[in-house]
Amino acid sequence: MTVVTHSTRPRRAAYVPSADLVKDVLAGRAIAIARMISRAEEGYPEAAAALAELYRHGGKAHVIGITGVPGAGKSTLVSALIKAYAAEGRKVGVIAVDPSSPYSGGAILGDRVRMSETAAAGGAFVRSMATRGHLGGLTRATLQAVDVLDAAGYDPVIIETVGVGQDEVEVVTAAHTVVVLSAPGLGDDIQAIKAGILEIADIHAVSKCDKPEAAATVSALRGMLALGGERPGSRRAPPVLPVSAVSGERIGELKDAIGAHWAHLNESGERVERQRAMGRTRILGTARHLFQQKFQEAPETLERQIRAVAERRMDPAVAARALLGWEETP
Amino acid sequence: MRDANLAGESLSTGPAEAPDTIRVLVAKLGLDGHDRGAKVVARILRDAGMEVVYTGLYKTPKDVVQAAIQEDVDVIGVSLLSGSHVPLFRELGRCLREEGAGHILVVAGGVIPEQDYPALLEGGVDAIVPQEARSDLIVTTITDLVTARGRI
Repeated sequence: MTVVTHSTRPRRAAYVPSADLVKDVLAGRAIAIARMISRAEEGYPEAAAALAELYRHGGKAHVIGITGVPGAGKSTLVSALIKAYAAEGRKVGVIAVDPSSPYSGGAILGDRVRMSETAAAGGAFVRSMATRGHLGGLTRATLQAVDVLDAAGYDPVIIETVGVGQDEVEVVTAAHTVVVLSAPGLGDDIQAIKAGILEIADIHAVSKCDKPEAAATVSALRGMLALGGERPGSRRAPPVLPVSAVSGERIGELKDAIGAHWAHLNESGERVERQRAMGRTRILGTARHLFQQKFQEAPETLERQIRAVAERRMDPAVAARALLGWEETP
Repeated sequence: MRDANLAGESLSTGPAEAPDTIRVLVAKLGLDGHDRGAKVVARILRDAGMEVVYTGLYKTPKDVVQAAIQEDVDVIGVSLLSGSHVPLFRELGRCLREEGAGHILVVAGGVIPEQDYPALLEGGVDAIVPQEARSDLIVTTITDLVTARGRI
């Protein structure tokens, strides 16, 4: 018979009210920062006031989004950037997103594997988050986690999205500067002229430039950009930078390009526009979430509409309007 | 379950309650390069709905504690096959206390002879899961420990 041997002193811990964590978050205490992020993730109503207070303390950090296909080398690149920023005495906050299982809801969060050494040495705060069913490359609470790290004094804050496909572009409304990382050897140059993720870049990076195929990827991207490739609303053509995080080659150039983009945002006033876009997305996203929550609180009403739609007595659009109270239920 | 929570489920249902999503850090300590078992356990916990942070090989207790704090995990699960479990777990327990992270539970697995159990429990290990344990026993051990500790 297999038995688990337990300690004779069972561990107990108390719930610390979120309001009491705020002071410690602002003082940069890791346990409080981490706990606050968890509460944002869980969506505890009790944490709302504390998160609001932290939001007022934020707004200083440069938020950098790093996105790209799975295996492109995002985590390795983040690790190299942590090291480059640490050399300047800057403490980096990182939110690394990995997918949740659509079946069990569980997740394996493996981005830390490639970051642990530089994170420990560079004084970085690295937090892994699971998507928890949210689509678009981020999680519902990613931006609240960014707020917490920002308020705690981390700058820059890097968001590493899940490995994305072609149109998970949510990071564009979450970050000041978006770096799209392309890996060499994945598909022909028609990939470079497709719509979607490549259009959102402020900076293109091509990973694994120690490999010979990287040159072709760089030239395909440059070719696409020669036809005009800046983001709408942006007045700056994105550079294409080959990097190798493994050898550390040209990571400094990428860091400088990120810095130059930040300077450009501040000087041109584009930062204000981006911040407005971020605000808009967050308000609408939260509103959508609150709606959903409201309907889940009254499942009978929703259930009635579901039955009517399934039995074809009502169409989904009318049912949705009825749910919002915009239409009389027939 | 999560939807119920997002819908504003009250927190006053008592302290003996697990968080909605249990987070576990699965780690390998010291000079032990065999992580097949740790990866299998990570997969089992994932399939049980937990979020598993995997740290990779050759970590020091200090690294593991720092990662566990930043990730705000409920449990650190360490697999050791190297024979140096007694000093490594003692050091892990010491780092946790030093960092004020006494709320994080420690579960030990791998190849651990029974005569070493008292030393591990003394050093701050909360539960020792023997290597022949079936997957559901690993899951219930963690769920029960976290539920008994309460929501933090």
